Amino acid sequence: MAMQFYASPEQIMRDRAEYARKNIARGRSAVVLSCADGVLFVTENVSTALHKVSEIYDRIGFAAVGWYNEFENLRRAGVRMADINGYSYDRRDVTGRALANAYAQTLGAIFTDQTKPFEVEICVAEVGATVAEDELYKIMYDGSVQDEPSGVLALGGQAEAIVNNIRPDHRSDEPLAAALRLAVRGLSSVGGENGAPRTVPPNQLEVAVLDRHRTGRTFRRITGAALTALLEQTSGEQAGGEAQSDGRE
Amino acid sequence: MSADFDTSRGLPSLFLTAATSSFTQFLSMAAPDLLPGRRPLPPGAAGDLAPHGTTIVALTCDQGVVMAGDRRATMGNLIGSRDIEKVHAADPYSLVGTAGTAGVAIEIVRLFKVELEHYEKIEGATLSLDGKANRLAAMIRNNLGAAMQGLAVVPLYAGFDLAVSDPSRAGRIFSYDVAGGMYEERGGFDAVGSGAVFAKSALKKRYRPGLPIDEAIRLAVEALYDAADDDTATGGPDLTRKIYPVVMTATAEGTRRLSDEEAATVAEAVVAARMENPGG
Repeated sequence: MAMQFYASPEQIMRDRAEYARKNIARGRSAVVLSCADGVLFVTENVSTALHKVSEIYDRIGFAAVGWYNEFENLRRAGVRMADINGYSYDRRDVTGRALANAYAQTLGAIFTDQTKPFEVEICVAEVGATVAEDELYKIMYDGSVQDEPSGVLALGGQAEAIVNNIRPDHRSDEPLAAALRLAVRGLSSVGGENGAPRTVPPNQLEVAVLDRHRTGRTFRRITGAALTALLEQTSGEQAGGEAQSDGRE
Repeated sequence: MSADFDTSRGLPSLFLTAATSSFTQFLSMAAPDLLPGRRPLPPGAAGDLAPHGTTIVALTCDQGVVMAGDRRATMGNLIGSRDIEKVHAADPYSLVGTAGTAGVAIEIVRLFKVELEHYEKIEGATLSLDGKANRLAAMIRNNLGAAMQGLAVVPLYAGFDLAVSDPSRAGRIFSYDVAGGMYEERGGFDAVGSGAVFAKSALKKRYRPGLPIDEAIRLAVEALYDAADDDTATGGPDLTRKIYPVVMTATAEGTRRLSDEEAATVAEAVVAARMENPGG
C-alpha cells in the first residue's frame, strides 16, 4: 500500500507558485502601453506563425507569455466568450473587464484544483475613446488580477524591472512611434550581459495596436516595412496614420 | 439561456477544449438554442405571419462586384417596412443580400458575419471566398425545415476574391436555393427575390463584362427600378421620404456602402431618365 505523505496547504501552494513563476521567467517578456493612438502591444517573438499578441474583439486585445499551448487555449476561449456574448447581446456589451474576470476565475480554479498550474501570464486590454478610458488588466498564473490605471504593463519574469525602466518616461499623450520606442527600450533593458541593455532586432518583434481612431474592429498588426518605418521615426514626428495595417482591411 | 454559456464563474471547460474554428459548430455545443433552424416549429404554414424581404441584385465590374437591394418588406398585400436593409458586408471583402422571411434572414446574416470573423480570429487567417460561400450554404441548408413551413430565406453572396490576381475577374457571385444548393454565377450577374425575374431580364440586356464600377452601380439601381415597376413587393426609390436602395461594393480596397447622398444621386438620375422613357 502506498504511503500518503502529509504536505501542508501552504507548502503545496508555494511549490505550485514557484513552479509556475520559474517556467514563466524562462520566456521573453511583453509590454503593453497606452498611448494617444491606442493601446500598443510589443513582445519578442521569433515565430511569425505562433502569436503572443492577438485580437479578441472590436476593442479588446490579448497578450501572453509562458507556455504557448496553455495561453493559446485561453485565447481561443476568450474569443469564444466574446463572440458568444456579442452574438447573443450586442457588440457593445463585450467588455475587457468581464473577460479579465473570467480569465481570473479560470486560472484561479486551475491553480487550486489541478496538480499543475498554468505557466502563463496574460494581459487583457481594452481601448477606450480617450486614454483615460483605456483598461489594462494583468492576470497571473494563480488568478490574481492587477488593474493598471497607469497605462503601463509588462508580462514575464522580469516584468518589474521593465516597468521600473519605462514608467518614469511613459506619457500617455504621445503618439504610437514614441510608445513603440519606449516599449522596445523596456524589452531590451533586461536579459543583456551583466545587466547591460541589448539590441532586439525588428524581425524578432511582434507588434500590434488597438487603434483608438478606428471604429469596429480596431486591432491591427504592424509588421514588415510598416514596423521598420515606425521604429525609425524620430520623436518629433506624428505616427498615427503612417503605419500600414496587416492588409486585412 | 444554456447553462454551458454562463461565464460568470470563469470560462466553461468546453470553451477551453472545443476543437473547432467554426462559431456555428461551437454554438451547437455550447448554446444550441441560439442557432436558427434548431428550434421546434409548430405544424402548419407560417409564411404569412412575418414580413418578407424582396429583391437583391449583384453584378461584377472592372474593380470587383456591386450588390444592391430595395428597401421594402411586405406582409401579404401590406407594406411591412419601407426602409429595411437587406444588403450587408459579411466581412471586409464580401457582401451578402437576402430575400425571404426578414426575421430569419437577419438572424442568418448576423450568424454568418460572426462565423467569418470568429474563424479569422481563431485561426489567424481568413477563409477563402469559396469557403465562406460554403459556410453560408450550410446555414441555409439547416433552415430547410422552417423553409418548408413558409419561413424560407434565399441569399445572394458576392465578394472580391483575394486569390485572383486580375481585379476585373476577382468579383464573384454565388446564388443559392432554398435547400442550401450553391451555384456560382459565371455569367457575371444574378438576382434573388420576388422581383428577380424582372431585374435579371433588365440586367441580361444591359450587362457586359468589365463594366466600370459607376456604370455597374447605375445598372444595379436600374434593375431594381425595373423590378419595382412590375413586382408589387419590390419598392422603387422613395423620393418623397428620401429612402433609396442600399448599394454596396466589394473591391481590392474592401467593402463600401454608398452614402445616402451617393445613392440618392444615382436613384434620382434613374428616376429622371424614366420620366423621359418609362421603359428605360
